[in-house]
Amino acid sequence: MLPIALERATRVVGILMHSFKEYVGIMELHGDVSKERIVEVMKMFVGKIYQRPPVRSSVKRALRVKEVYSLNVLEVNNREILFKVRCESGTYVRKLCHDIGLLLGVEAHMRELRRIAVAHLREDLFISTLHEVSEALYLWRKYNEDSILRNVVVPGEFAVAHLPKILIKDGAVDAVAHGAQLAVPGIAMLSKDITKGCRVAVMTLKGELVAIGKAVMDSDEISRSEKGIAVEIERVVMEPNLYPKMWKRKLPQ
Amino acid sequence: MKEHGLEFVKRLDTAANIPSNYIIKSEDDTDSKYGHIPTKRPVDLYIKYGLIVLDKPPGPTSHEVVSWIKKMLGISRAGHGGTLELRPFKGLGGETLRLRECCL
Repeated sequence: MLPIALERATRVVGILMHSFKEYVGIMELHGDVSKERIVEVMKMFVGKIYQRPPVRSSVKRALRVKEVYSLNVLEVNNREILFKVRCESGTYVRKLCHDIGLLLGVEAHMRELRRIAVAHLREDLFISTLHEVSEALYLWRKYNEDSILRNVVVPGEFAVAHLPKILIKDGAVDAVAHGAQLAVPGIAMLSKDITKGCRVAVMTLKGELVAIGKAVMDSDEISRSEKGIAVEIERVVMEPNLYPKMWKRKLPQ
Repeated sequence: MKEHGLEFVKRLDTAANIPSNYIIKSEDDTDSKYGHIPTKRPVDLYIKYGLIVLDKPPGPTSHEVVSWIKKMLGISRAGHGGTLELRPFKGLGGETLRLRECCL
């Protein structure tokens, strides 16, 4: 599965790029090993591992540390191993299979791989094929029927659904859409679990994503304060001038 | 108006499997004159602020698929969340077909 953000939503897709990934794959061993031994060796790859990116890769081939959060054997069929892995972004699963093969002493290679999740976006949640996208567009363009298109494309807000959220008043929206920092008086509601320095989604009370930013205050501090900057804006998603302009320009002294 | 917005926000929290606990700082409502509930955006805006979770076919690279999507939708910008492996051998690569539930 591949999450693709369109137009304005492209601005936050980088968050997904750097989030954890989950895959299901098939590894083929080049020799016979007992299932117990396979499970035992694969367990050793959970945690922080050293990995040198493969020859055919798009990054510098320097040894780097990547974290494998979980690695499970689902099925063993002779020399074929069906496995599921959850790992840090940038972990090469092909390389992981190769390294498991080395440790097993028989060598191995990855035969098939399918990504089943990128961060919180899982393949069983609104996944669509290129054919479905094409059909949905046809129905919309030819018959003005958009209900299928609305299932195939989901609101970009889902890309940041995992972030703590701050919902802001209508009057604060356009200032943030213009890139201003978010001040406490503009806040209407907020998640209870905001910590200082964590990334948050700044949204309207309609649920539209305005921007993402770094919280300068935690939930408690925001709820107790009456003024001050609560969020430093990193990326603005909403176009400016959709909400009323409520802020005042400072008069020249 | 905001109850519809909050309902949508709750859907986001559910999708991400995080608790939907909020502190209310102000009882302000939102004016239907501005913006839209994300699911109710007019189609052109819906696409403009949209996301496709694609069941990528094996074969083409992530970059190729993104450029097809752009052409199909007639949009100028699109970006994907993490490249799926570059072609290890000519003609192969990309993702395998969706695994049936029974395999898992």
